[in-house]
Parts: sequence; structure tokens; C-alpha cells
Amino acid sequence: MSRRGEAEPSRATGGHPASSERGAGRSAEVTHNGGEAGHGHPHGRRGPQVQRFGHGSRVPGWDEAADLSKDPAVVPDPATTPVPAQLRAEIEAHMAKYPDTRSASIPALAAAQRHHGWCSPEAIEQAACVMRLTPGYLISVASFYDMLETHPVGRHNVYVCTNISCSLCGADELLAALSEEIGDDSETFNLRAFECLGACDIAPMASVDGVYIGPVALDEVPKLVEQVRSGLPPLPNKQLSSRKSTDPNAHVTSSEGGHS
Amino acid sequence: MTTEGRNIPSHTILFAGIDEPGLHSIDVYRRRGGYEMARKALTQMTPEQVVDELLTSGLRGRGGAGFPSGKKISFIPKVNVDKYLVCNADESEPGTFKDRELMQKSPHMLIEGIVIAAYAAGATRSFIYIRGEYSHQADIIDAALIEAQDAGFIGTNICGSGFSLSLVLHRGAGAYICGEETGLLDSLEGKRGNPRLKPPFPANQGLYQGPTVINNVETLATMPHILRMGGEQYAKIGTETSAGTKLVSVSGNVQRPGNYEIELGVPSREIINDLAGGPPDGREVKFWFPGGSSSPVLLNEDLDIPYDFDSLAEAGSMLGSGAIIVVDDSVAVVDVALKLAKFYQHESCGKCTPCREGTRWTVAMLERVDAGTATPMDLDIMASVQEQIIGNCLCVLGDAMAMPIGSMVAKFRQEFEDHIEAARARNPFGDDAPSPEPPLVQGAVGA
Repeated sequence: MSRRGEAEPSRATGGHPASSERGAGRSAEVTHNGGEAGHGHPHGRRGPQVQRFGHGSRVPGWDEAADLSKDPAVVPDPATTPVPAQLRAEIEAHMAKYPDTRSASIPALAAAQRHHGWCSPEAIEQAACVMRLTPGYLISVASFYDMLETHPVGRHNVYVCTNISCSLCGADELLAALSEEIGDDSETFNLRAFECLGACDIAPMASVDGVYIGPVALDEVPKLVEQVRSGLPPLPNKQLSSRKSTDPNAHVTSSEGGHS
Repeated sequence: MTTEGRNIPSHTILFAGIDEPGLHSIDVYRRRGGYEMARKALTQMTPEQVVDELLTSGLRGRGGAGFPSGKKISFIPKVNVDKYLVCNADESEPGTFKDRELMQKSPHMLIEGIVIAAYAAGATRSFIYIRGEYSHQADIIDAALIEAQDAGFIGTNICGSGFSLSLVLHRGAGAYICGEETGLLDSLEGKRGNPRLKPPFPANQGLYQGPTVINNVETLATMPHILRMGGEQYAKIGTETSAGTKLVSVSGNVQRPGNYEIELGVPSREIINDLAGGPPDGREVKFWFPGGSSSPVLLNEDLDIPYDFDSLAEAGSMLGSGAIIVVDDSVAVVDVALKLAKFYQHESCGKCTPCREGTRWTVAMLERVDAGTATPMDLDIMASVQEQIIGNCLCVLGDAMAMPIGSMVAKFRQEFEDHIEAARARNPFGDDAPSPEPPLVQGAVGA
């Protein structure tokens, strides 16, 4: 998890002048304390593993509102907050689906994350501008959900399920092997131990950019990492989508099935 | 895989032919008689008749609580306000993966069930809340929704009945708590997924403060089949109080992990040993979770308990989401307990103190057990922490940790004590103990 705190100012701030000014100030404030993910706290949520930034905030760049000399951030002004047209259209399409537009906050944040690589301050501000919400509100949402990244992460999400069923089948060893194979390539990979991904039948498994693969043998790890690096589909013969059901009656084609 | 000579339950309703290629498309689904029951309900039945049929069938919720589904719909007040139907496809209970297979292979079965249930409840807007991790399944449902809309099974004036329904697929973003119905509603409203105080129950005040029915994927997918078979016929399957079939996800230390459709009331041993192949050769079942990681564990000698709601409740556990996790005798119970506790600590939303602090302290104490720095008295403290959590929070996430951990400590007390002794002998000075987290308050309990 130590990788997560190493912000890349250029990527984090984009080209927006106001935010790059903030971004510069932010990266100077970053205090790294404790880089070791060890002791079995895969989420880095506890104790000394938590990265602290200025004002004691856990989130880079989101500490401005905690400065008591300033007012909390207000709903961003559309005139001074440029939003990419494609992102705006996507968020507005989500908002149109619900009776209350605020319901679109998770899809909007996911869209902003796809666009920016993570829920950066700029991404949050743009989503807030389109949705007419305060950045603070969206930050509260983004920080709640595991799949919304509040730190800069690698391009490819590799989630390894380490919950009970998978760990009974060797998920911890798989995670360790992947971690070793990937090394410090945190630009390409966002390797995470994840809670139950709902695929205990293919344990030990991983989700590579949403594609479920398993059971992954340890000697397949180098191949898998190479495939992700070169943008190929991961372990095509191990993908869940092509797996047949284990239920012996699943192949009966009549809609009455085996019902007597 | 051969199944000859084994006693395979003969009732297959949801999974019958689910591997048929192309079933996810509306053409194949309709060729198999799909959407006929939605048409029948909307054009030939009143909502009350649909509810009656569901009540007769004895269908109980397949998501975890096992509440009678017909009754749930009948609680919706008959007033002229916007009503909602939400399909809970969050499926985040560890060990559960039945809805995933159902949605991936037969998304139209779910959509048809939603149309029927929404008609019965008088809901005009419906939502599927699918967990964000299931992106492949969500894409399949998205495509199926477009097909269903084009075919006129979703939208205005469905099948010329005058009934209109909108259906929106909402992707979550990774939070166990959003499988809890009120946490799910908050998440669907665009907030953090914190559970709400009940009452008011969602049937009266749910999504956007309107009356809301929330049902699991499997429950909804069963509804077309109930209308096809007739409630009475469906009620004949299974036991008196647990009617019908159930999708069971078997995982952990078994040879053929996967989803199996069983008739409720079959002996659990049949599911674990015959269908899933039992533990690896030379191993024995040490303990098993009958209904997801939240259910109190049962032992090898409990394998003959019939797999239905009431028999498992009688045995001190629960059917839950129908996820059997088998743990064989090569695994230390402390490892499983620690894994479990860490999961619930991570997923606790933090709204209620007993759960937020209880899960945290349980992890801390289990780590001490694992490191050998605990004393047997700590096991009593741990057991009492579990008791303090149960029933004291807005939702059951805390209980979901407290019940299995409590049952593990009660049933494997000797192993916990031996584990402490062995760890202490290995490491008399506690050097490899995890660095203790500073207590919140100086001098707090056990710090």
C-alpha cells in the first residue's frame, strides 16, 4: 500500500491552473509515515500505515476545507470549472435516470475516476460542478466505497479476493506471488487485496479490470502479469464468463427441466 | 462430472438448462416461454391475485432473512404515492455467488420477476442495485434491459395492460454494507451506505421516502416460475415451512465448489458430500458455515441437519444467503476467525459504536491470540464483546461478526487455548506480535 501515497503531481492536477497551484502546495505537505503494508492489514486502514497529509487529512488535496481560516468549498462555479464534454455528458446521462439527481453520485464518481485515473481533487470538482453538489459531499461518498480510489493508482486494477473461501484455497499465496511479480510497478498495476468478490467457486481468483479469472495457479502468475502489461486478455481459458455451471441439471434444455 | 449413482435432488427450477447457449438474449428466453408469465400477470390477474399466489407458494426471501415474500409485498400501503421496487443484487456476503450466475446466464428471468413483483406491489419505478465488482454481469443486464424495453416488457403500457414500469441498473462501488437493505437505499440515493433506523421499515418509508419493496435476485427470479407452476404446486416442493428450491453456493475445502439448486430440506451432507464432492481426499469436515460467513458455524456431526430455514435455526445457525463454506481439519480455527473479524472490521460503516469498536477490538484480541500474548481470560472478554454487539446496532453487520466468532470460541475453546499456548511457546517474549495500536483512550480495556 505504500505505493498509493506517492502522488504524481502532474497526473494529479492536470492542466487547470488553480488546481495545479494547490497541487504543488499539496505535494510539499505530504508526510510519509510508515510505508510497510505488513501485519496483515491489507487495506492500510489501521495505525501507523495510514498516510497523513497536511491538517492530518488522510486524503491528498482534500484538506483545504479543514483549514479553519477558509470557508468550506462551495458548489463549484461552472464558469471557472472546465469539465470535459464527454465526462459532462456521461454524468448528465446518469443524473437523468433517477427521480433525484443526487442518486447519480456513485456513477458520476466512477465516470470521473475512469476519466482521471482516480478521484482526484480535480475529478471531484468536475463531478461536483456537473451535479451541483459540494466537493465535500462527493468526497464523503468517494471515501466510503472501496472501488473509488482516493489516491493515485496504477492503470490496471488487479483485485485479489482474500476472503475466507479464497484464502482456504490459497489466495494469500496468490496475492504474495502477484505482489512479487509486479514488484514496484505501481504505474501499471493497482494490486489490492479485496473482500469477497463473489466468485468462491473459482478460488483462488482475481479480478483484472473487472474480468474474473480463476482458479489461478501460482505458476500462471508471471504469464498473467505479462498479459496485463501488454494489454492482452488475462488468462483466457480461466475466465469466469466461459465457465459452465456445476449443477448437474444445468444442461437440461427444456424449461421444465428436471422438475417431475 | 458424473452424477450417476448419487442421490441428486430432482427438482430444478431456476437452473434448469441455464447453460443453454444464448439464454441471456431475449430470443432464446422467449422461445423457452419467457415473459409469458409477466404477460399473464399483467393482463389476466389483479395485483392481489399475484400476491395471493406468492403467499400460497410459501416463498421466503432468498437474500438472508428468509421473510415471506408475498407478505413483504402485501405490506406496501395501498395509497396513491410513488412506490418503488429495488432488486438487491449486491451479493456481498462472503461465500455467496448464486445471483452472479443467475444474472450472467439468465438476466431476463430476473427482469420478468421484477415486472411481476412491481405489478403486485403497484410500483412504477424499479432499480437493480448490483455490486460494482460484477461489471461483466452488469453489462449483460444492461444489454438485456434494452432488449426488454424494445420488446415492450419494460416501459409504458406493458403488454397493453396500462401498467408502466421503469427499470434502472445502478452499479455500486464496493461496500459490503450496501447489501443491507437500508444501507442499500442510502447508497442508491447517492449517499454513503449507512443503514437507517428501523422502523419506519422500507415498506412504508424507503427509497426517496416512498413505500419500497426490496427483494433478492433469486427471490425475484423465482416469481415467474411460481406463476407458471401455481403457488400450490410450488409449495409442495421442499418442507412445510421452507417451500421450494434454493440455489446453494458451496465453496471452501470441497472438491467441486459451485452453485447447486437443491430442494429445501435435503440433508446438508448430501449437498456437501454428494453434490460438491466433499473435502479433499483424506480430509474431514471440521466445521462449516451453512449460510454465508455471517452464520454461526456447525460441526461435522451436524451434517445430517436438513438444509432448510427452520432446521438450521433450530440448530443455532441460519440458512442466510445459502452459502455453504466448508473448512476441513487442516485449517486452524483461529486463522478463520481472524480473517472473518478483519473482514467485518473493514466493512463496518462506523455508524454504531458497538459494531465499529467491537469489530476492532475483536481483531485486536484475535491477533493477540495468534501471537500468543493473550490469556484464556481474553477469550471470555472476546465472547462478552460479541454478546455486547448482538442486537445493539441499527443493522446486523456487527451481529454478523459476533455470531460466528462467538460460536467458534464456544465450540473450539480448547483449540483457541492450545493456539495461545503453542504461540507463546514459540515466542515467549511476544516479539513477533503485531505492533499494538495505540488505544483510543489511555488505559483502555486490554491495552
